[in-house]
Amino acid sequence: MTFIAKPKVAHPSLPKNARGFTRRDYEGALSTLCAGCGHDSITAAIVEASWGLDIEPQNMVKLSGIGCSSKTTAYFVSGGHGFNSVHGRMPSIAMGANAANRQLSYIGVSGDGDTLSIGLGQFCHAIRRNLNMLYIIENNGVYGLTKGQFSASADVGTKAKKGETNFQPPIDPVLLAMTLGATFVARSFSGDKQQLVPLIQAGLKHQGFALIDVLSPCVTFNDHEGSTKSYAYTREHYEPAVHADFVPLEREISVDYKEGETVPVVMHDGSRIVLRKLDAGYDPTNRTTAAAQIQERMKAGEYLTGLLYLDVEPQKGAFHFVNNTPDEPLNSIPYEALSPGSQGLEKALARYR
Amino acid sequence: MEPTDTANPDYYHRVVDCQWACPAHTDVPEYIRLIAQGRFTDAYLVNRESNVFPGILGRVCDRPCEPACRRGRIEQKPVAICRLKRVAADHRDDVTARLPKIPRAKNGKRIACIGAGCASLTVANDLMPLGYQVTIFEQYGEPGGLMRTNIPSFRLPHTVLNEEIAMITDMGVDLRLNSPVRSMRALLAQGFDAVFVGSGAPKGKELKLPGRETAAANVHIGIAWLESVAFGHIDKIGKRVLIIGVGNTAMDCCRTSLRLGAESVKVMARKPRGFFKASVWELEDAEEESVQIVINRSPKAFVTENGRLTGMTFDVVEYDLDATGRITAERITGEEFLPADDVILAIGQENAFPWVERDLGIEFDKWDVPVIDKLTFQATRPGVFFGGDAAFGPKNIIWAVEHGHQAAISIHRHCQGETVSERLAPGINLQSRKMGMHEWSYANDYTAVERRLMPHVSLKERFKKLNIEVELGFTAEQVAQEVQRCLNCDVQTVFSAKLCIECDACLDICPVDCLTITHNGAESELRTRLKAPAQNLTQPLYVSAGLPQTGRVMVKDEDLCVHCGLCAERCPTAAWDMQKSELHWPHASDEAGALDARKPKIA
Repeated sequence: MTFIAKPKVAHPSLPKNARGFTRRDYEGALSTLCAGCGHDSITAAIVEASWGLDIEPQNMVKLSGIGCSSKTTAYFVSGGHGFNSVHGRMPSIAMGANAANRQLSYIGVSGDGDTLSIGLGQFCHAIRRNLNMLYIIENNGVYGLTKGQFSASADVGTKAKKGETNFQPPIDPVLLAMTLGATFVARSFSGDKQQLVPLIQAGLKHQGFALIDVLSPCVTFNDHEGSTKSYAYTREHYEPAVHADFVPLEREISVDYKEGETVPVVMHDGSRIVLRKLDAGYDPTNRTTAAAQIQERMKAGEYLTGLLYLDVEPQKGAFHFVNNTPDEPLNSIPYEALSPGSQGLEKALARYR
Repeated sequence: MEPTDTANPDYYHRVVDCQWACPAHTDVPEYIRLIAQGRFTDAYLVNRESNVFPGILGRVCDRPCEPACRRGRIEQKPVAICRLKRVAADHRDDVTARLPKIPRAKNGKRIACIGAGCASLTVANDLMPLGYQVTIFEQYGEPGGLMRTNIPSFRLPHTVLNEEIAMITDMGVDLRLNSPVRSMRALLAQGFDAVFVGSGAPKGKELKLPGRETAAANVHIGIAWLESVAFGHIDKIGKRVLIIGVGNTAMDCCRTSLRLGAESVKVMARKPRGFFKASVWELEDAEEESVQIVINRSPKAFVTENGRLTGMTFDVVEYDLDATGRITAERITGEEFLPADDVILAIGQENAFPWVERDLGIEFDKWDVPVIDKLTFQATRPGVFFGGDAAFGPKNIIWAVEHGHQAAISIHRHCQGETVSERLAPGINLQSRKMGMHEWSYANDYTAVERRLMPHVSLKERFKKLNIEVELGFTAEQVAQEVQRCLNCDVQTVFSAKLCIECDACLDICPVDCLTITHNGAESELRTRLKAPAQNLTQPLYVSAGLPQTGRVMVKDEDLCVHCGLCAERCPTAAWDMQKSELHWPHASDEAGALDARKPKIA
């Protein structure tokens, strides 16, 4: 880690967003991660994306579990709400908070350990319930905080820093999410902010569960020769398939897109995600063919990246729709309306007698 | 863009904006760090090496370093570099023992310097330690030139002036006071091995308007008048004084007038503010003393009554300015009379060489200015050198000092039978400041304090005597804060492309967004697609070689880097390092060392 705090001084012409904030206002505490950690780049991408979406910091909820990745919620939007949950239990907390207040922007940051090992069950059910949140996996294939053992996302054949080879098959969060019915599935790389920032923006705006699996090299335990999640290996093997641009309501779709190559998807609030296919044969709106292609390319040793699957009508199965949650936060509903009173309780109980 | 050639000493030199802007290339960040450590004597000597007169310049330097200071681009006000220089000079110990040693055995070469001003004194300062015998001819009874005659003692006390001049004259200079040189031919006949002309620009410009002759008794030429005040020939002036011109001499004239009995002093400017030649701080100091600066008045005539000046008439001028502030049109809208008892003309000065015969092989151009080589300061006659205001017209002390340094190199080469134009090239040394994990041997915290203000003697006290120094100098608290404002621009961000793994850590942490990893392109286009657009075209972009993984390049906009070192601190592979650059700007002593090294060694 580094011990020198980022000074308050900023570029004098730093632009302000619609709320009057600069990017610096979306920063957080001093990162205690290793210098060069991919997670810090993802933090910077979240800062950039939140600033670009004009989110009021107090309207952001940052949730995490345990691990290097889960520490990062302290490093962005220090004005937001935060909750560090028990290991792997972040989705439960997100669920509760989400049920109580659907007007906030929920961002969960987890790692491959927190999500794919101890928290796998919670992760699956959060997808199934189509919880309205952005779930970022900072995926580096190792347990960094416990000195670099293979995690559940380590590829077959990848080598640990000390030389041993992994033989257990990995759990791929993208394929898993596709099969579980996720409505927004993306993969990206910490070293590609041009792709990552608009994905985070689209994910935050998506009305339902948005998953971004971000390959985020562990500079200390998994950035060597023989690793399949190093900076160099990821750069060589990652294939952008679909680029997603987030276009806010106020802005027109810029003209440099060629007709036919792009698919604009209108979001609930009128903003749009413009999908630009980089791989002509790939259809990001067809779950079946998309999943098959991702798997095929993975066998060939390539990671397809970008917005890999998008359900253009996520509302149908969304948590708030299914559970008929109120629009306004529970804390703004009068006590009388929230509580049925002792008579009401009696009535309710009578139904079960 | 091609990868930046950082092996060229100019590249990292230019990053140190103050040092680059300083004609003498004083190592400003180094001496500020020494002051921060309380090492005033060391700070003084770092200064003295390049600018020779730290105590004098710490008060009256024209400060080209300050407008250049990077801090000024980040939060408007630059570091008070000049004031800190004075701190070093005021608080130093005796430096006699640490001044260059003068060899007892001379090298047999005799050098004549004309005028005991800052240029000649610098030549003597550089050549005496090499064994030369330097003779300075000075027309007045005291050395110092314009520093003594034109800068009032309330800005530059004589004690400071005398002490720093004595450091040079005590080297054994043959200083001949009251010895004006009246003929170059006669001087050359004395057989000196080289002659240096540092006679300044002693001729004030005249304003030929109706009534000038009649009013002569009460119309003064600024620099001549200041000179008479300096030597005590003039000790009073009328109650109402008009100063014509708004340069730094005008500021000295108006403030001196107030100390000689003037009650109402007006400085008359032809053009609006923004066109003034005077330094901003000198204007501020004059206005603090209730000098009125009247703009848009063009002098028309001196008005006299019974052969005595009663005032002046001016045309009232109106200007049209374009968006960039340039004058596009001007017209006269009226006329105004202002009463005055005395008028001082401060509209410029020139060098003048009536004493240089025109048949000596010293060529003069069509403006009757000697033809001087810009690099060597040699006139068209070998062995005759010019420097200071005498060379290229009025500039300032610090330029004259640098001219002196360069002329000294030329004189040395000339006397050793070497070509004067082939000189040592400047160089730069880089040395890492990394001490260990997260330890850097410089203060890289950004300290968000504002520029400290110089305390002044109260307006009541300061007019009691002519020589009460107005500026009191920084207090210990002010020094402690001001030194921390320096960004240590000489601790350079040095990048090694082959080590970079493109993790983006440096880009993410840079507080001023000056780093970008991107595809290479033409400079004008590259400047537009950086993390923060690089709009200051006066500041270079650093472009690395292609990075190993993607072939993209690391681009750094040097404009606003605060040298906090976080890029190096966050870099997992030490591709970024913070390295202190030390400029090697050759002086005559280096030239001598290099020439000696070439000589065959005899056992």
